[in-house]
Amino acid sequence: MENNESISISNPNPLETDAIQKIGLILFSVGLLLFLIAAFGGGSQNSILFFSLSIGLSVAGSLIYILRKYLNETAGVKNNHNWHSSLTSRGIFAWMLGVIITGFYIVLYWFPSLLENLIRMMDPLSKLLRGKTSDQWLLYGTLYTIAILVMGIKAILKYRHSNYQIIRTLSIMFFQFGFAYLIPALLQLFNQPEFYFSYFWPLKYDYLFPSTVNYLIQQPGGLGVFMVFWGGIMTFIATPVLTYFYGKRWYCSWVCGCGGLANTAGDPFRQLSDKSLKAWKIERWMIHSVLVFIVVTTSLLWLNSYYHGEILGSLSGTFSKTYGFLIGAVFSGVIGVGFYPLMGTRVWCRFGCPMAAILGIQQRFFSRFRITTNGGQCISCGNCSTYCEMGIDVKWYAQRGQNIVRASCVGCGMCSTVCPRGVLNLENGPLKGRINDNPILIGNKEAKLNL
Amino acid sequence: MGKHIVIIGNGISGITCAKHLRKLSRNQITVISSESDHFFSRTALMYIYMGHMKFEHTKPYEDDFWKKNRIDLVKNFVEKVDTNKKLLLFPDGSSLHYDTLVLATGSKSNKFGWPGQDLKGVQGLYNLQDLEQMEENTKNISRAVIVGGGLIGIEMAEMLRSRDIPVTLLVREKNFWGNILPVEEAKMINRHIREHHIELQLDTELKEIKGDSTGRVHSIITGKGEEIKCEFVGLTVGVSPNIDFLKNSGIETKRGILVNEYFETNVPCVYAIGDCAEFNVPPEGRKLIEQVWYTGRMHGETLAKTICGEHSAYSPGHWFNSAKFFDIEYQTYGWVGNTLKENEAAFYWEHPNGKISFRVIYDKITEHLIGINVFGIRMRHEVFDQWLSDGRRIDYVIEHLREANFNPEFYRKHEPKIIEKYNQQLGKILKLKNREFTNKIFK
Repeated sequence: MENNESISISNPNPLETDAIQKIGLILFSVGLLLFLIAAFGGGSQNSILFFSLSIGLSVAGSLIYILRKYLNETAGVKNNHNWHSSLTSRGIFAWMLGVIITGFYIVLYWFPSLLENLIRMMDPLSKLLRGKTSDQWLLYGTLYTIAILVMGIKAILKYRHSNYQIIRTLSIMFFQFGFAYLIPALLQLFNQPEFYFSYFWPLKYDYLFPSTVNYLIQQPGGLGVFMVFWGGIMTFIATPVLTYFYGKRWYCSWVCGCGGLANTAGDPFRQLSDKSLKAWKIERWMIHSVLVFIVVTTSLLWLNSYYHGEILGSLSGTFSKTYGFLIGAVFSGVIGVGFYPLMGTRVWCRFGCPMAAILGIQQRFFSRFRITTNGGQCISCGNCSTYCEMGIDVKWYAQRGQNIVRASCVGCGMCSTVCPRGVLNLENGPLKGRINDNPILIGNKEAKLNL
Repeated sequence: MGKHIVIIGNGISGITCAKHLRKLSRNQITVISSESDHFFSRTALMYIYMGHMKFEHTKPYEDDFWKKNRIDLVKNFVEKVDTNKKLLLFPDGSSLHYDTLVLATGSKSNKFGWPGQDLKGVQGLYNLQDLEQMEENTKNISRAVIVGGGLIGIEMAEMLRSRDIPVTLLVREKNFWGNILPVEEAKMINRHIREHHIELQLDTELKEIKGDSTGRVHSIITGKGEEIKCEFVGLTVGVSPNIDFLKNSGIETKRGILVNEYFETNVPCVYAIGDCAEFNVPPEGRKLIEQVWYTGRMHGETLAKTICGEHSAYSPGHWFNSAKFFDIEYQTYGWVGNTLKENEAAFYWEHPNGKISFRVIYDKITEHLIGINVFGIRMRHEVFDQWLSDGRRIDYVIEHLREANFNPEFYRKHEPKIIEKYNQQLGKILKLKNREFTNKIFK
């Protein structure tokens, strides 16, 4: 018994934390505590010190903990105890965390003055990056990016047996840090408009609003014109072309920051999505309603701008304000992230995102992407469905030998990663035969009946 | 309405049969089980224990599926079958009439009469109740011993290790699953088992299980005379047909319920499928009793046709199977035994990391493909099924390996190394062909 001498009495609960992990936890907790102290104004005399210590210690602590935990185990699927642990199975801690995140978003959107001390703590960083004092969005963006980077490293270690997951996670981290954090900040430093090259209409809905377009075009130096051009090209040309070749995954799980957070910080909660037929029905109604809402809103704004407000009066403005509040803030922010621990990670992507809706319609009808089912090898174990963050009942297809072609699939690849029998694979190929509605399971020579 | 078809057992065989019967007919269908209200995936039991899933996630269909499809579910235990009156008798004295009876009662874990085998803390792992019992039996224990080096044994080891419970695994053979796997692959899994901190004792049998004063296991003695202290013993030495309730029913049994190639028993209108059926004469190359998920499914498909009037003999296609040993996935297509038959030759490649391998068996004279074993590489079922049907030669298989690769995108490709070794070993100069077949099937 050369390996287990030290374990005299085993722990019925998840693997024990060792000394190194405990050091990590201590550092993280101290960092978090300093952050809270700063939030109450405790660090106002020393914002650089409080900023570097609170962020630095929590990042270092998390990394130490994560590295130790995963490098101690062999590479492979590590979903042990997800449904035993309170945090990841809608237990007490999940509810508490859900309330805390939801509350944070409410404060962030509508009561930012409550975050004043933290925002001021970010001033040195903000001045460095953007050349101006901080606001709640820099605070939020910084925390968001750190979450994706740190938990991205965790995801890479956790899924390190899968090159698809490693490369995809690196891509998410790259786009968040570069395109959704650094570049928009540096643009402001050089007196250019804040612009996110990785977000397009209709997700970033105001990028095709007349007000934004006019504002950008009027910017001196020509960069604004390029931004309008970029947004138009991405929405109307690049998006359909890339979706044709690779499915909506090229965006939803390789580029987008919402997907980025879901697949990194949100990864421990991905199994909580509702897989029922009923949820699928609600999803289709909701997401397409949001799409109609934003298309109508955008059209009204342009009509209004064309007629100089003569016909529609304030109607289009009301539409856009309502959309901004209900969808932009409440749905994508508060519910989208706040409900991670209760409803899984892709609540927004699945039920709300108009960009996902468009990409999904194209993916369903005109794309080379599908998830292939490998002959008759499925054992209906249910791992694929359980770990599908979009709530697709993957095994329903797999166990009847059918390819999965679904509008909502974001191509995160987790069904394939967790499949214990090598049944599922994300593939791009010719359209013909992609949707096999009447599959025959391989096995019986005589069976020619599909179910 | 048609006739009343009653299926005993809601596992993969019975349920597949029920679903196909519904698709093919308007008969009244009743499925009886004493194990669970609804069909669940037996192969997923380990994931419930490990916390990957809850029981509800292992159900292949939503609960209202059965009502929608007019398949009546009864949770009860059939104590006796009266084949003369066509009645099933339940413990509470009630009964149920059938016109056609399908026996799909699965297996029970083997026990070979070891002293102490009925002590508390000693169990097998086959059904849902076993899992519940294992949850109880493994609370706060300091060591577990598992007896038997097969698929359920290694699953049980993985389950226990997920809770940090030290495990000793006794394997009678010289290597893990040595009666199925060739020695290289078996040794690969030996190493992997040890990598997961399991004390693997090969070539070792169980001699005796000893209990304490409360009737609970407190140690075992191996065939080599070593005593190992433990509070849990997993007996995973195979399963055998669950047919005790058929005694004196007039239905002929041996180890299992005897059936012909139509799954007909000696009694008219009574059939048996899945783990509990034993063939009078097995299909070519097959075993007398087939205890695999996939074969259970095929039995169910075939029998449904016969019951619905299209008398169909069981004619399985090419053998395939799969499993996962901790982190290493395994697939097999065609026949690969643990030793070569007289007419067979083998080519084997193993990755330097000792966790990925590829073995192909072919006919020495005709060079036709007979079967493959792959560890750590996913292969396309459809492609190998086709190659086996087409009687492809070994050279063709090696040259076209890319077509068969089913690994996810960005995975390292092993085909160049495989063909390099093949060329070296056999003095050939084959070159890898590009993927064509997959394009063909997608066209």
